[in-house]
Amino acid sequence: MELNNLTISQAQSGLKKKKFSGAELVKACLKRINQVDPKIKAFITVCETEALKNPINAGPLSGIPIAVKDVFCTSGMKTTAASRVLKDFVPPYDATVVEKLKQAGAIILGKTNLDSFCHGSSTETSDFFTTKNPWNLARLPGGSSGGSAAAVTADETIAAIGTETAGSIRQPAAWCGVVGLKPTYGRVSRYGVIAMASSLDSPGPIAKTVEDAAILLNIMAGNDPKDATTLRAGVPDYLKDLNAPIKNLKIGLPKQYFPREMDSKVKQKIEEAILVLEKLGAKIIPISLLDPHYAIAVYTIIQRAEVSSNLARYDGIRFGHERDQFNEENKRRIMLGTYTLSAGYYDAYYLKAQKARTLILEDFRKAFGKVDVIVGPTSPTTALALGASQKSAMFGELQDLLLEPSSIAGLSGLSLGAGFAAGLPVGMQIIGPPLSEPLILQVGQAYQQATDWHERKPNL
Amino acid sequence: MKKNLKFKIENLKLSETEVVHVAKLANLVLTTAEVKKFQSQLSETLAYIAILDKISTQKLLPTSQVTGLENVYRPDEISAGLPLEEALRGAKEIQNNMFKTKAIFQDGTK
Repeated sequence: MELNNLTISQAQSGLKKKKFSGAELVKACLKRINQVDPKIKAFITVCETEALKNPINAGPLSGIPIAVKDVFCTSGMKTTAASRVLKDFVPPYDATVVEKLKQAGAIILGKTNLDSFCHGSSTETSDFFTTKNPWNLARLPGGSSGGSAAAVTADETIAAIGTETAGSIRQPAAWCGVVGLKPTYGRVSRYGVIAMASSLDSPGPIAKTVEDAAILLNIMAGNDPKDATTLRAGVPDYLKDLNAPIKNLKIGLPKQYFPREMDSKVKQKIEEAILVLEKLGAKIIPISLLDPHYAIAVYTIIQRAEVSSNLARYDGIRFGHERDQFNEENKRRIMLGTYTLSAGYYDAYYLKAQKARTLILEDFRKAFGKVDVIVGPTSPTTALALGASQKSAMFGELQDLLLEPSSIAGLSGLSLGAGFAAGLPVGMQIIGPPLSEPLILQVGQAYQQATDWHERKPNL
Repeated sequence: MKKNLKFKIENLKLSETEVVHVAKLANLVLTTAEVKKFQSQLSETLAYIAILDKISTQKLLPTSQVTGLENVYRPDEISAGLPLEEALRGAKEIQNNMFKTKAIFQDGTK
């Protein structure tokens, strides 16, 4: 087996037994990047020299190559947010997540492509290029963390880091057939992450297996004095109960998460996956949630408003380029946010959305009174064709229909492969209450132990 | 219901003047083509958002954050900031160890 194909847990075991070195792992990944990235285009920057030369810290991730979404500040390493505004920006400090990864011994392999400033669900709004889905190069990888998901899928890296505001980890993970974990809002520090919507942004892992996602969360999670919104709750060992059985676990199945516009083949695969969970002893309980279309409206208002506020700081004076370098999607979002926050409209839009946000939170709270976790499709379709995002001014929101409610409520969510439809991966999501990462990882692990979808590789 | 939605779309159409005004507030310069495009796209998005009119929110309190954290303070201790050279490194123009900004008065030099 090629070393770049390994999971974190396999690589850790091989390194421990001295079957290979960290440098060999990095070289295998760099070789793979050279081979396939001209086709996939997952990376904006490959840190070949740094990855090979920087000393490796001792720690749980010692010698493990990790790709990082190009929205995390990396000290001395170009960080662009896939925008011309930051095309040559070199941050003077590391994001907390990057610092933690480095301290744990991880090797930063490179910076992956995304929708510019995370504005999208396809990587098509990147100012540099569009990443291709490794399962079918004529298809999108999803986004905004599309570069990270594609790099993991194509075995260009052992694992990757992404960020999610509403769908940006789980949707590309689903479209690429890998594992994506959106932690509870506040579980992972946002310090040094170029902001999209500050009340929603959640950094998280994209990995080959559920176990790897748990390994990464162990490193990433925790209170950070530099991010006042991080939770103070202690960080459990996410590996501890990973293999516990899910017998008698109550899994809620919301009928609203199987909307009319859904691809029937996706629906079928998810129904099959639910049968697997039922066979493992879980109790499937039909539930009813608010129509997720309301969440799109709430999300659109809140996110655009926070985008308008966050991007107001880009003036090209202290760093970066001037505001005329924002692309059309950036401008469209800034404009709508500025409009809804402007005098006379605040109550009708922003305040109304914040109140509706309360309704969505209460809706989930009620649901979690009856069930332990909620399961459904991650995306209503499999990966769409290149160019699909040009068809609607709200492409991202509509793609993330089934992800926006849980993001708005700040919940934890996991997406993992649940089979294939016409050769493209189908993603299943598991949503849990705040800080229920141990539980949703446990459900995902039980499913992966009973199936082998995660072992399939695209032919590149 | 369809009729109702149509009414909303017409009702929420932004005028060209409004688009130009919002662009000014957002410190963005738009081309004539962009103004036209955003006029219809922003109206389209606002029409979608109008779905919220169907739910009653009068009795609800707004949620501005989901963590429940309040009054998060750090110890009032002075710690070292970025060295001057590092802080200035990203700037396109500097003068006397300071960021150079555009003039804000009309008769200033650019």
